[in-house]
Amino acid sequence: MRNMKFKKVITLAMAAILALGSTACGNKGASDGDTVKVGLLHSLTGSMAISEEAVRDAEVLAIEEINESGGVLGKQIEYVEEDGASEPSTFATKAEKLIDSEGVATVFGCWTSSSRKAVKSIFEDYNNLLWYPVQYEGMESSENIVYTGAAPNQQIVPAVEYLKDQGYKKVFLLGSDYVFPRTANMIIEAQAKELGLEIVGEEYADMDQTDFAAIIAKIEKADPDIIVNTLNGTGNVSFFKQMSEKNYTSEDYMTMSFSIAEEEVKTIGSDILKGHMVSWNYYQTTDTKVNEKFVKAYKEKYGEDRVTSDPVEAAYDAVYLWKAAVEKAGSFEVDDVKEAIKSGEISFEAPEGTVTINGDNQHVSKTVRIGVVKEDGLIYETYSTEKPVDPDPYLKTYDWAVKANLQPIE
Amino acid sequence: MVQFINTLFNGLSLSSIILLTSLGLAITFGLMRVINMAHGEFVMIGAYTTYVVQNLFAGIFPSNVQWLFYFIALPVSFLITFLLGSVLEKLVISRLYGREIDSLLATWGISLILQQAARSIFGTQGVNVTAPFFLRGGLTIGGCTFSYNRIFILLLVALCILGVYMVMYRSGFGKKMRAVMQNRPMAQCMGINSRKVDNITFAIGSGLAGIAGCSVALLGSIDSTIGQSYIVNSFMAVVLGGVGKLVGTVLGSGIIGFSSIFTENYTSSTIAKAVVLLIVIVFLQKRPQGLFVIKSRSLDE
Repeated sequence: MRNMKFKKVITLAMAAILALGSTACGNKGASDGDTVKVGLLHSLTGSMAISEEAVRDAEVLAIEEINESGGVLGKQIEYVEEDGASEPSTFATKAEKLIDSEGVATVFGCWTSSSRKAVKSIFEDYNNLLWYPVQYEGMESSENIVYTGAAPNQQIVPAVEYLKDQGYKKVFLLGSDYVFPRTANMIIEAQAKELGLEIVGEEYADMDQTDFAAIIAKIEKADPDIIVNTLNGTGNVSFFKQMSEKNYTSEDYMTMSFSIAEEEVKTIGSDILKGHMVSWNYYQTTDTKVNEKFVKAYKEKYGEDRVTSDPVEAAYDAVYLWKAAVEKAGSFEVDDVKEAIKSGEISFEAPEGTVTINGDNQHVSKTVRIGVVKEDGLIYETYSTEKPVDPDPYLKTYDWAVKANLQPIE
Repeated sequence: MVQFINTLFNGLSLSSIILLTSLGLAITFGLMRVINMAHGEFVMIGAYTTYVVQNLFAGIFPSNVQWLFYFIALPVSFLITFLLGSVLEKLVISRLYGREIDSLLATWGISLILQQAARSIFGTQGVNVTAPFFLRGGLTIGGCTFSYNRIFILLLVALCILGVYMVMYRSGFGKKMRAVMQNRPMAQCMGINSRKVDNITFAIGSGLAGIAGCSVALLGSIDSTIGQSYIVNSFMAVVLGGVGKLVGTVLGSGIIGFSSIFTENYTSSTIAKAVVLLIVIVFLQKRPQGLFVIKSRSLDE
């Protein structure tokens, strides 16, 4: 009995110490002393960790580079990392934790649209800033998010135009069953009507689908000359493996993919994927001076066998763009940084070329590049826009999109 | 016609894959009444074993005998999952006989541990097994292409069923096994070491999952969640077929495989999933014991 009481006292005492301790060091503020604190919020466990770890690595690389060259406004960047665990609800809790108890100046994070949507209101309520590095379905523009990946008009729309120019006519839409493929296909359908392309089929596979025999049978029946592929994750591997089982190569059924980058080529195998097309803003092979340096630094830090890809590069850019915005604002305060972004003058000489944040919609202007997968597992550019394309997340500047009255799918 | 033959073959192929993943379950769940939620993870272990064997081979042997790795991987996968199954039975399952809910929870926990272990060892990025050269591509007969992979899996399933049949119905051990499963106290009175029989039975079931893993590795990428994508269909096949009967599992897999391919042909894959589930629910409403029932004199059936 006495022992119990003693334990209780100890517990209370420890709780008190912890509480005191946390008030003492908890609300330290983002930029005390010589450092400024930023948050990294990605999935390090669960199904999305596959993709998000590479993105997180790029952010860490950028932070270390900046620190070596003197930091931001004379302060070293210190990063706090949280694991979103591939669960949107976990992302929300961890975002709140980063902002509220860690007091970070900004957060780099998320991959899936569902995780971004889960944290959006938190960043708006606490008035903090999220840097989101992945191409996505558009139809969104929050003042508290900067989107450094492509909007649909910087990836999907130009790719479909390119297909039309190449003489493809019969399009088959294939995607995983969630918001990005469904929105992408909604956009493509509206655009196809305008361009006079025929949609000969539209199929969605479950996220964990492993058998694509029935879908392949439908593709055979529809006989398209191009498959527009928005499958995500392991679905891609099963689909392409099972296509090659039936002796189909890119000569029988050409595909244009929006979610296959260098990492994915490595998993699926370049022998299966060679000749197929993809659409992004950046490839490891993109020929710029900055990219040469970036690829070298990335491989030096994480290993020769690692590859850089579009999302990896966009995440790397995000950190530098934040630095540029902070330096223009002359302050780490979110409101000042937002003001600086609104000027539309924040830009960075990125591996993909110069990128500039659009002051009206917080997206980034990007060059669009169509690439082809080659035997060596890398993607080589076959077409690119002459200059960076301005972001238009709601496709307001496209008459066919306005006419079709595209609405976001929730 | 070509379409129809294609569909038939796809149905047959999907059925055979479901059957392969549910054969082990038919034994652990069907005979032993252990709801082994970690069965899918044994499939995963089998798949990863194939991957490891492939890489070891690539390091040791010249490339012209590379294809042999697959024939080594099959028995190795079986052995490893067999041993793991035996250990699992000894450490966990054997303490929970007769407590179905508890064993369900315990094996679910084990499945989570195994998944995370796979992520820690092999990373989160999916890995890939390259099919041996004679399994690449497909056989084209008059407009229909039959993939060698799938033909091979069909043969493998036939072989496994034959093996299980021989063990269960044509061997001394099988007799003991069926005796223990049907009437444990009576079998014990006859001098059968039921602990040992339980252990080996569970291990065989797990070993079959390993072989299944070895074959699904040919169809897609391998990651820590691969078991989860097969487990639901497998459980449905076993329940539909009637718990405890081999022929029931065969028919159950067939029904699920064909109905899902045929529905998907005319609708979408999501609807196909719902339709299959509906078929199973309606069927079990009418016939809760499944297609086939073991006739037994024990009173608790």
